[in-house]
Amino acid sequence: MAEYQNIFNRVQVQAEPEAGVPLPNGDRERIGKPLLFYWAGKLGNAQIGPIYLGWTGLASIMFGLMAILIIGFNFLAQVNWDVIQFIRQLFWLGLEPPQAQYGLGIPPLAEGGWWLMAGFFLTTSILLWWVRMYRRARALNMGTHVAWAFAAAIFLYLSLGFFRPILMGDWSEAVPFGIFPHLDWTTAFSLKYGNLYYNPFHMLCIAFLYGSAVLFAMHGATVLAVGRFGGERELEQITDRGTASDRAMLFWRWTMGFNATMESIHRWGWWFAVLVPITGGIGILLTGTVVDNWYLWAIDHGVAPSYPIVHPNVEDPAMLQGMSQ
Amino acid sequence: MKTMTRKTTTVAALAGAALLMTGCELPIGIETEQTGYRGLGMEQVTKRHLEAMKRSGMEIPDPERPAAAAGPRAGDIYENVKVLGDLNISEFNRLMNAITAWVAPEEGCNYCHTPGNFADEDVYTKIVSRRMLEMTYTINNEWTAHVGETGVTCYTCHMGNPVPENIWYEDPGFKQAGGFAASRMGQNLAGTNVASASLPNDVFTPFLQGDEPKNIRVTPRTSLPMGDNPYNLVDAEWVHGLMIHFSKALGANCTTCHNTNNFPEWQTSPPQRVTAWHGIEMVRALNNQYLNPLQPEYPDYRLGPTGDAPKTNCATCHNGFQLPLDRAQMLKDYPELNRVNRRGGQPEATTSAAADDVEAEAVEG
Repeated sequence: MAEYQNIFNRVQVQAEPEAGVPLPNGDRERIGKPLLFYWAGKLGNAQIGPIYLGWTGLASIMFGLMAILIIGFNFLAQVNWDVIQFIRQLFWLGLEPPQAQYGLGIPPLAEGGWWLMAGFFLTTSILLWWVRMYRRARALNMGTHVAWAFAAAIFLYLSLGFFRPILMGDWSEAVPFGIFPHLDWTTAFSLKYGNLYYNPFHMLCIAFLYGSAVLFAMHGATVLAVGRFGGERELEQITDRGTASDRAMLFWRWTMGFNATMESIHRWGWWFAVLVPITGGIGILLTGTVVDNWYLWAIDHGVAPSYPIVHPNVEDPAMLQGMSQ
Repeated sequence: MKTMTRKTTTVAALAGAALLMTGCELPIGIETEQTGYRGLGMEQVTKRHLEAMKRSGMEIPDPERPAAAAGPRAGDIYENVKVLGDLNISEFNRLMNAITAWVAPEEGCNYCHTPGNFADEDVYTKIVSRRMLEMTYTINNEWTAHVGETGVTCYTCHMGNPVPENIWYEDPGFKQAGGFAASRMGQNLAGTNVASASLPNDVFTPFLQGDEPKNIRVTPRTSLPMGDNPYNLVDAEWVHGLMIHFSKALGANCTTCHNTNNFPEWQTSPPQRVTAWHGIEMVRALNNQYLNPLQPEYPDYRLGPTGDAPKTNCATCHNGFQLPLDRAQMLKDYPELNRVNRRGGQPEATTSAAADDVEAEAVEG
């Protein structure tokens, strides 16, 4: 079967770019002259633009740029304005939150002030982008599912950098800006709070994360596999026998005994994805506030088994000497 | 032709993916030894090529011929013999020869002595090595909890180098812009001490010297917050950095000393952790009592960027081995090292002024 006979195909048709549906009254026009880009078509749609920016988009980009400039210029200052070192150390450099002594107060710029400012600008930028996503969905008379999924991610972001530090009473608990610094923060977080793997919300978060990947792969593979029967017409086929949708459902019912429907598979995907940051955020918010050592908590509640002692007689030498290290 | 290209691309992509997944390391010559209860990941991973590399430059010198049992004491014969005076001259000369081979094989006697006048006290290396002999004695006699019966000799750290390869100085990191610019807070550069993590770089200054070193125990020992743990995440990052040094210095995994399901718990830890604990105490004591007080003796070129004396950490002796010198038992051939004794009274008073300065900076570090 030649590929062009399948509606699901990788053939690129070069034609006049599409301008999009009319926008509601009061909205600005979409801007930019659209163009067709062959290599973009390899990944997605070959048409680039036009784009709708609007004031929320514009403000979001301005605030985001401000945050990135604050972070970037502080990185540059940290290597004494040496551009070569800036490039070499880029993945290592970080903008650290204020130290514990400042609590939730305003620290000097050099000791966390810039972090607070960058955090404010970045958060404003992200929230404005959320408003933009919500409003663009409404402008197309779409549902707002994407915006709410994005809101779930924003909840995790705010839990890490805003809600939890406030609950803990100081900004030093927050995540630094930086590639490796935020990864080191993550390890330190688990080390400090007694092993995050025993945090049940961390467990749920991982289950939903991996689950999302599996569901995504299953759905993507199924729909591609029935593309030759017109699988893209998912819903209009579900009542008929022998159609692409019917075969897709049959396949899973045969292999697993149960199948999602062409409608519910999308809800499965949405909820799994959205529950990743929601459960993760709850796990973060409980750490250090409600539970101080997750391993001990898991022992208390029968989550973790206790293992046989392999090396008896190992005792804390500081206790034996009556001193603490 | 097109199929050929596609096949080649596929093969190249597969090879590339395999290389990426193994982190550019061939999955051969890696051995895993179980060291604890099953299912806990308590294991020691060794890589054959790393083990070979560690041993490649290492030679254990043959013991010097034994000294005569009797003879006049070195302290009575030679001038200015302050800590080895109780040895007879045969033992004394045997030890001097050994030390030359261990520490200054190329430079010879003149590395520490003025030619023609061995009694001269003007060479700084002589003053330092005298103190090092006392330090060796202290390690072998007061820190058996760490060094066991194996003990240490000069060669454990020096390995034929006048200055041991792995020493440390306070490290302020390279210069950063002043003014309002955000401080690095001692971290966020690719740190060689911490295996290129961006964890705090100079983990030695706050933990391994001073009278009130930074606390290592930051993880709460109760499941629920009791409001009595003064440590925060930044403290945990510092400790993590120090632990990476331990791991690197000994070629050991986290699980060599810890059951990683609950790092702070002693009851479920391997016994190596107790040895390591004494090691931390020992290194602090050596830096405070022996190495920092020598600061005024050194010429400028031996001092660190902040003017501090060279100091010891785990790597100084361990050099990548869990058991230094790969278990070689050198001390038993040199009983002379256990007879270091300062003649005429008290050991030299330690000057604490240098150590105090060092500490003040550590707090800011």
